[in-house]
Amino acid sequence: MLFIEVFQDLMLLPRSLHASNAETLPFELKGSLFTLTVMHLFHLDHAVIERHLLDKVKQAPGFFNNTPVVIDLEGMTEPKQAIDFERLYALLRKNGLIPVGIRNGSPEYQEAALLAGLPMLPERRSNTNANGLIRKTDLNELTASLRNRIIRQPVRSGQEVYAPDGDLIVLGAVSAGADVIADGNIHIYGALRGRALAGVKGNIESWIFCQSLEAELISIAGHYQVCEQFNPTDLAKAAQICLREERLIIEHLTR
Amino acid sequence: MATIIVVTSGKGGVGKTTTSASFATGLAQRGYRTVVIDFDVGLRNLDLIMGCERRVVYDFINVINNEATLNQALIRDKRVENLYILPASQTRDKDALTKEGVERILSELKQNFEFEYVVCDSPAGIERGALMALYYADEALVVTNPEVSSVRDSDRILGILSSRSRRAEQSENPVKEHLVLARYAPDRANRGDMLTVQDVLEILAIPLLGVVPESSAVLQSSNAGIPVILDENSDAGLAYSDLVDRFLGKDLPHRFIEIPKKGFLKRLFGGG
Ligand SMILES: Nc1ncnc2c1ncn2[C@@H]1O[C@H](COP(=O)(O)OP(=O)(O)O)[C@@H](O)[C@H]1O
Ligand SMILES: [Mg+2]
Repeated sequence: MLFIEVFQDLMLLPRSLHASNAETLPFELKGSLFTLTVMHLFHLDHAVIERHLLDKVKQAPGFFNNTPVVIDLEGMTEPKQAIDFERLYALLRKNGLIPVGIRNGSPEYQEAALLAGLPMLPERRSNTNANGLIRKTDLNELTASLRNRIIRQPVRSGQEVYAPDGDLIVLGAVSAGADVIADGNIHIYGALRGRALAGVKGNIESWIFCQSLEAELISIAGHYQVCEQFNPTDLAKAAQICLREERLIIEHLTR
Repeated sequence: MATIIVVTSGKGGVGKTTTSASFATGLAQRGYRTVVIDFDVGLRNLDLIMGCERRVVYDFINVINNEATLNQALIRDKRVENLYILPASQTRDKDALTKEGVERILSELKQNFEFEYVVCDSPAGIERGALMALYYADEALVVTNPEVSSVRDSDRILGILSSRSRRAEQSENPVKEHLVLARYAPDRANRGDMLTVQDVLEILAIPLLGVVPESSAVLQSSNAGIPVILDENSDAGLAYSDLVDRFLGKDLPHRFIEIPKKGFLKRLFGGG
């Protein structure tokens, strides 16, 4: 099972042009927010993993195109099973995925992964269980703390906007190459040409609304579709998107 | 109060320098004290198109490094009154363009030289030179060609203007954006080989300042070192004249968007 999730780096430096000193800096460290595919590994059987990966690729050709992936080990059914991370790395790499780290592993796993060049990434935040589903009690807490974010300009290619703990409302278009991300719903009063990820902390009740669906990718609580999977009759129309029984449902918005 | 205008695009070869030269010339022709600065350190194109390459002694970087004064580096245009050029250096490395240096020179140009318009010809890309050219801008001419990759790059530049310019950082009024659609060929757009004006406007969603047709006059003028706006018999020259008038507030219809009638008749009757 694959989920798309959002990580927030710990180190956030101001997004400004760096001032030049006497010596110019050879590099600059900046925090950034990434959407990454997470592979939840349940048990290690290289042949079975490969077969399922090939299935996925058949559904969405070109989606695994050197896609960075985080391996989550929380759901390992036999937590003592040894993992040869180098072999796993090679297998994923061969199928278009590039592992960039692990998450939720025992200290033994962490050590073995580090030797293979895979660092440990911060744990999943609260509110979700291993399946990315939200627990009932957490839902109440979430609604209590909703904070919405309104963007009054178009979101341009290369930009990324995140509304933590609430809805994201964009008054213009979202360009191809731009990402809009929210813990709650996403409302776009313009065309959606980039990627929209709603309910990224696992809220399966989230919706996406847009005036014209031309998206590169849509995702709700980790369940995603890329544009190649859209029904052509849904394209370039006002749409509302929700999740029903783990499937994204796209409906036309009529006035 | 001087207005700083950046001519930018993201992509290279779309017509920024051509536009900077004609736009600055047009403003000066209409009586405004104007200086055009070449931010393309290392390439140095603007002085060629303005026809003053033989008169370059000192450059922008010399002034930033206090190796020359602005008085020494500014080149007065021979054809048009009120017009000055600050050339880029051909050799020095781009790191010499510092925020403080650029700011000092811009404020000197505004205060001591009383320029009304400062036009900054940006290099391609989103690296230092391009960021410096747009950082202090009050307005931006975003030059785009009618093709997908150029439009995408312009979209990216618009994002940078709205988040990383000085106006954005200081939460002042945003940089005023104008679209210049250059190298437009209506027949190719109608055939679907290129994006149409409408396509581009739909994606970028900023006001259209002018459409400059694809024109052989541009290459001829730049080879001759004369900004094409001075060629009043050319379609591109007229397009730039309209563009400058529109910038200064005139309400003019857009020409050069439709397929020229003459070409159509020529094709019908097979004339040459
Ligand atoms: N409207 C036009 N019609 C035909 N050629 C053009 C036009 N505008 C620019 N060009 C040509 O395109 C090339 C790049 O133009 P330039 O202004 O130097 O672009 P940039 O500064 O964006 O790199 C030059 O060879 C120029 O002559
Ligand atoms: Mg140029």
